Formats: sequence, C-alpha cells, structure tokens
Amino acid sequence: MLQTRPDPGTPPEPTPELLSDTLSAAATLLPARAAEWRPGMPPEGTTHVEIFATGDSTTGTALALAFTLDHLRAAAADPLADTPDERAWLWVQDREAQRRTGQPYRPGLPRALRHRLIHVAARTAEDALFALEEGLRCRELAFVMGEITGNPRALDMTASRRLSLAAEKYGVPLWLVRLDAHRDLSSARQRWAVRAAASLEPRWNRAAPGEPSWQAELFRSRRHPPGTWTLRDIGRGTGRDTGQDTLVAEKARQLASVTG
Amino acid sequence: MQKWGRSGGQGCNLDAPMLTASSSRRILAIWCTRLAIDRWRLLEGLAEGEGADAAPLALIAETAHGPRIVSVNAAGFAAGAKGGMMLADARTLCPALTVAPADPAGDLLFLEDLAVWAQRWGPWSALDPPDGVIVDVTGATHLFGGEAGLLADAHAALARRQLMVRLAIAPTAGAAWALAHHGPQDAILHPADDPAYRLGHLPVAALRLDDDTITLLKRLGLKRLEDLRGVHRDALVRRFRNRRSAAANPLIRMDQLLGLVPEPLLPVMATEAPMVQRRLMEPIRHRSLLDRVLADLTADMARALEGQALGARRLELGLWKVDNEVVVRRLEIAAPSRDPVHLAGLFGRKLEDVDAGFGIEMVRLRAAWTEPLALAQRDLESSAENHGTSLAACVDRLTVRLGSDAVRRPIARASHVPERAQRWQAPLDPEKTAQAEFEFHARPLKLLERPEPIAVIYETPDGLPKRFRWRNAAHDVLRAEGPERIAPEWWRERSTARLRDYYRIEDEQGRRYWIYRSGVWGDGRGGTPEWFLQGLWG
Repeated sequence: MLQTRPDPGTPPEPTPELLSDTLSAAATLLPARAAEWRPGMPPEGTTHVEIFATGDSTTGTALALAFTLDHLRAAAADPLADTPDERAWLWVQDREAQRRTGQPYRPGLPRALRHRLIHVAARTAEDALFALEEGLRCRELAFVMGEITGNPRALDMTASRRLSLAAEKYGVPLWLVRLDAHRDLSSARQRWAVRAAASLEPRWNRAAPGEPSWQAELFRSRRHPPGTWTLRDIGRGTGRDTGQDTLVAEKARQLASVTG
Repeated sequence: MQKWGRSGGQGCNLDAPMLTASSSRRILAIWCTRLAIDRWRLLEGLAEGEGADAAPLALIAETAHGPRIVSVNAAGFAAGAKGGMMLADARTLCPALTVAPADPAGDLLFLEDLAVWAQRWGPWSALDPPDGVIVDVTGATHLFGGEAGLLADAHAALARRQLMVRLAIAPTAGAAWALAHHGPQDAILHPADDPAYRLGHLPVAALRLDDDTITLLKRLGLKRLEDLRGVHRDALVRRFRNRRSAAANPLIRMDQLLGLVPEPLLPVMATEAPMVQRRLMEPIRHRSLLDRVLADLTADMARALEGQALGARRLELGLWKVDNEVVVRRLEIAAPSRDPVHLAGLFGRKLEDVDAGFGIEMVRLRAAWTEPLALAQRDLESSAENHGTSLAACVDRLTVRLGSDAVRRPIARASHVPERAQRWQAPLDPEKTAQAEFEFHARPLKLLERPEPIAVIYETPDGLPKRFRWRNAAHDVLRAEGPERIAPEWWRERSTARLRDYYRIEDEQGRRYWIYRSGVWGDGRGGTPEWFLQGLWG
C-alpha cells in the first residue's frame, strides 16, 4: 500500500516543502480538493483535536506530537518576538493511561519539546479533566496534551464543550488522546482514529524498524471532508533525533476517496 | 524563629598548627546550670525555695528501663537524688521525692529564645545544647565597661530572669565552655594568657567529649588537660586515629580550645514570619463566612508582605474552634506570591473537609516561608479571566488539587540504565546544567512504570526475538534491531544485577516496542534469562 523504497539510481524522494508545494498547486487546480486536510495546514482557529487510539501502543500520543510539531512549524513566527517561543507544555495522563502506555520518557521526546514538558499524573478522569482545563486557561503554555482511557462518565458532551470553549478563549491548542474508547459525543473540532501501520524499510538495515507510519482516519471535522491517510514521520526513522525538529506528518497516499 | 548556619571550613590539620584570627576574638559562654528545674519553677511561678520547690523534687523522663531522673532541685539534691539516677533508686534515698515530667523540647525552645535574647551582648549567638548559649562579644565589651562589667551585667540580667548561670569569657568557644563548666565563677581568659597553662588543671571533661571518651581517658590515667599535654602527641594521634567526630577525639577538642583549628558555630537568627489574624465576635459555622474571613486575611497578609517586599512560599492557616481544637491547613506554592485572590482560592480547596463543630472563633494566617518579591502589577485574577493565568498560578492550582508529586517535569540524569536516566522534579525548579544526552541510541517515547515480564520465543542463547506474548496478546516480531547491550552500573547496583540486551522491535501491525533480555546464559547471576517489555514507540 505504501510507496516502496526507491531503488538506487532513482531520484531522491521529494522533500516535504516540495511535496506541500505540489499539493497546494494541485489544490488551486482542483477546487474540490482545496478543502481537504493535508499536513502543514495552519490550524483552524484554535485546535481541539481528539485522537482515538488503542491502549497497547503509544500511537495516538506520537501522532499528537507529530501534529503539534507540524502546527508549530506551520504557525507564522511572531515578527516582534526577540526570543524563540520556549513556553512549557502540559501532558496530562490519568492513572489507567499511565499503566497501559507508560509515562513520558525525556530522552525519547522530540528535541524541541523535551525540556519544556510539565507532566501531570492524575488519578481519575475528573482530575485529568480539571488539569486539562486549568492548563488551557494558562497563557504561558504552548499547548496541552491529554490522555484519557475509555469513556468515563465525567467526559461527556458538557465537559468536552467546556474544553473547546476554554481552548478557543485562551488560544491554547488541546490534543486529547482517547485510549481504547468508542466514538462518543464530543465537541472536538477534529476527530481522528489512528492505528499503527507497517513502517518503511530503512535504507541501511532492512531488518530494523523504519520510519513510523500511521493509518489515520479523519472521521469528523468542521472544515475538512473526512478521509483516510497513511501518515509517515520523516526523520525519525531510526528512532533517533537527527538534529533538527524532524517530526513531519506527511500525506503519503490517499487510500479512501472523499465520502462527502 | 529559624536557625541557619554557615558551613565553616572544618580543616582539622592537626600536624600544622596555624594561627587564626581567633586570638583576637572574645567568646562569652553562658551555662544554665539547672535549666530544666529553673524552667519548671518559672512555669509554676515559684521563687527559689518557695512552695513546691522547698520539698525535694525531680524531673523525670520515661526510659525503656523505667523513669529516670533528668534534673533535681536544691532540696532534692540535698536529700541525695542526682540527675541520671533511676527514680526507684532515688526513692529509696528520699521517699518524699515528688516528680514532674521533664520537657526537653520545651527546654530547647526556651534555649533558642535565650540565644536570641543574649544577642544584647554581642552580634552573634549560638546554641550549645542542652543547656548553654555561646555569644561572640568581640569588640562589644567596652559598651558594658569592659569584660568584667559585661559579666556583671549578664549576671544581673540573667538573675532577673531567675536563671542560675555560670559565665566565662575566653578567646575560643572551647576555652569559654571549659571555664564556664569547670573553671572558677566569672572566669576571664585574656588573649595574652597562655590557655594551656591557665586551663591545665581543668578535668578532661572540660573538653566537651562524650561519656565514652571521658571514661577511656580516665582509664588511660589522663584526668586533667595538662596530663594530655604531657603525653607525646603522636601516641594520642595513633590512639584516636579513627575517631573522626570532634566530640570523640580529645585532640581535635584540645586544638579547638587552644584556637589552633577553627570551630564553626551555627548562629541563631531571629526571623519574623508575617502573621495576621482575626478574632471573631461570633463563632462562625458556615463556609461562606469563613471564605469571607479568609479573603480579609489574605488581603491583610498581602499588605503585610508588600510592606516588606516579600512573597509567601508557604502559608499556614490556623482555625481555633470554640471547643479548644485547632485545625491547621498548610499551603505551599510554586513561586512567591502575595496575590490575595489567588491565595484565598488555593486555600478554598483545602477547607472543604474542615468540620467547624461548634464554631470557629479565631483564624490566623502565617507566612512560614517567604522569599523576596519586588512590587509588581496587581489584580492578576481579573486579568486571568481575559488573558489566562500565569504558569505559577496554574501549577499552584494543580498542586493543591492533585498533590505536589503529581505535577512534575522530567530531568535528564547521567546514567546508562534507561529508567535511571530520567528523574522528576518540581515543575518550576531550575534545571541543573548537565552533560548533553547521548544521541546515538534510539530511545522510546514512553517507558512503562516498571518493565513488564513477557514470554518470548527467540533463538537461544542470544538471538533475535521472534514472537512474544504481552498482556495476553501474541505479537509476531516482523522486524528487530539489536541488541544494544547495557551493562549494570556496578557503582550503583548490587553485584547480582544482570546486564540487559535491548531490542527495538516492530510487530505485524506496525506497533513498535522496546524489549530487553535480562542477563545471558551462563553469566552466573541467575538462571534462565528473562524478557521484559519496557518502552513504547509511537
């Protein structure tokens, strides 16, 4: 399903910039596809995104981080700022999410984010929601990420709406990873379901795991038609940080057509 | 009141005596000879030899072997009781002996007060537990008409407090202590005097040694300080070569007494904790009224702190109830603050489980820990409604509800073992500079709280894993990379810790894990190597 590894001798893969240029060119040519989601798009207003993932891997969190870095790169730099944006970010986990998928590990986080993390270990979903809302109300946070397991009673439409409103009012993006949950009511602006996909073969060691890939389905969005993508993370293929901010969400190939 | 000390140089170079500035210092030692009894008398409101003090009385402490006498009054001493005796023994000598419980903690608090009060004679004072105070009176004696005048003044002032004391002034704390405890009354050792000669006749107990060492010296036949000087020094050095603490080594004490090695003292500083309180006309029983009082108190506290350009880090709220119960709630915040609305809001959560009972009649707020905080713009709470809160306020709210160990940030730590390469600290504490992290190894996004054992099919003895079972689900390993061998850190771990061979694997669905085999066959540190799953990649 995925692009195969280019044979030696063929020209190198298009860089992300080139790819997004071609995509935007295609968008102008085909107005019907202009509304489609693609990586590198500026966030629509303020973000409240839910990502549904399974609890036996940390795919959802990795995708949220990839989206975050994508957004941070897409956001125009403040021309008046004399220092780079080094605001902290909040990562809230409830007890069950910590037990199932573990706690953040600093050496494995993206280099641009690892020193700015504040981790909140909440016991219950109520505490986690409280922490999420407090984080959204804080002007000194770059973004807030949450991991909540299952469909707790506290996370109903009202709570979800509160989070959306707080994120909109104070301009702090929220990435909420839902582990092992079914798709209940929510007021999130974008809702994704993600699962891991087989990674690409790395160039040098075919037996090793390669660049992470995800099968991501956008099933609810205000601005974009739903669809399914295979997202790939360039530059983290070997799991090492290769220098720059290297997490890139790339649209590799559209698998499902727009369903309207 | 807080005590803090400067760590002085504890250079105990015994062989090379150096001349320090101590020759010009003047130290006053105050020894309260019967501190416990004097305190008991003051608490009872009795003069010396009056009322209950006229009869034999002993202060006792409960020990594992029964009550033991801590201190006796004059009548008790005349009847034969002594401090350190068992009460039963003393009762056989003096059946009429009455007892009262000793209060060592109260004595220590009293001594702290006394040390601060004794700064009237000099700028620095230090505690000399259990019953002494040491004051540095260097350059201050002329204010009292010389050293004899200072001693007379101290005697008069302490007699007004009805304390029985012995005083001495000497160039070093050790000499002053020795003279106060074992020398003549109001002894003064002038800088020109030779301390070895003047103090030579004092017993070895004047060296502030512990009881074992004194017994040992007596058995060696060394009863006076001059005896100690008579023995060749090398012999004593050899005899006490493994006694590091000063109280167990007579040579260190002797050098301190002579001023050959410096002796750091921990000065007592009086710091005033800002405190505000409200006494209420009517005991309050309802939460809304308590919130009102709390808002008033935090406003008062903000004013008090603003006057001193301080911000509170720790606050204690005491609620005095009508039925003589005191409820105390403590609050510690991430950054110094004196914002009344913020503080009141944080306390609000802490008050949810307070049972007012018959009512609360007094509320007191005390800032036990303050830090300098310059004047700044006020009214942060209403701006928080519009522009969001500050990070410190956000951390405070999270900490108050979730506990201080729930809000943390990861910090790198120099270690090869993965779970040890990260530790947690408070979110706003500064990060220590550290060596850059190793970037040539792949590390997972998340670590499980503790590695979970998995059943693995692999090519024994040390081949790649093929298939494993984790949390009741089977995973086929499609791709694997490894091993990355991490040896145990022998400087931290026990000798039985096994090495680990880490593998980066991907299963048939593309899920990526970090697993390791603990040990290898035949390493002599256990039987079959076990497998664990420790980390997860995205």
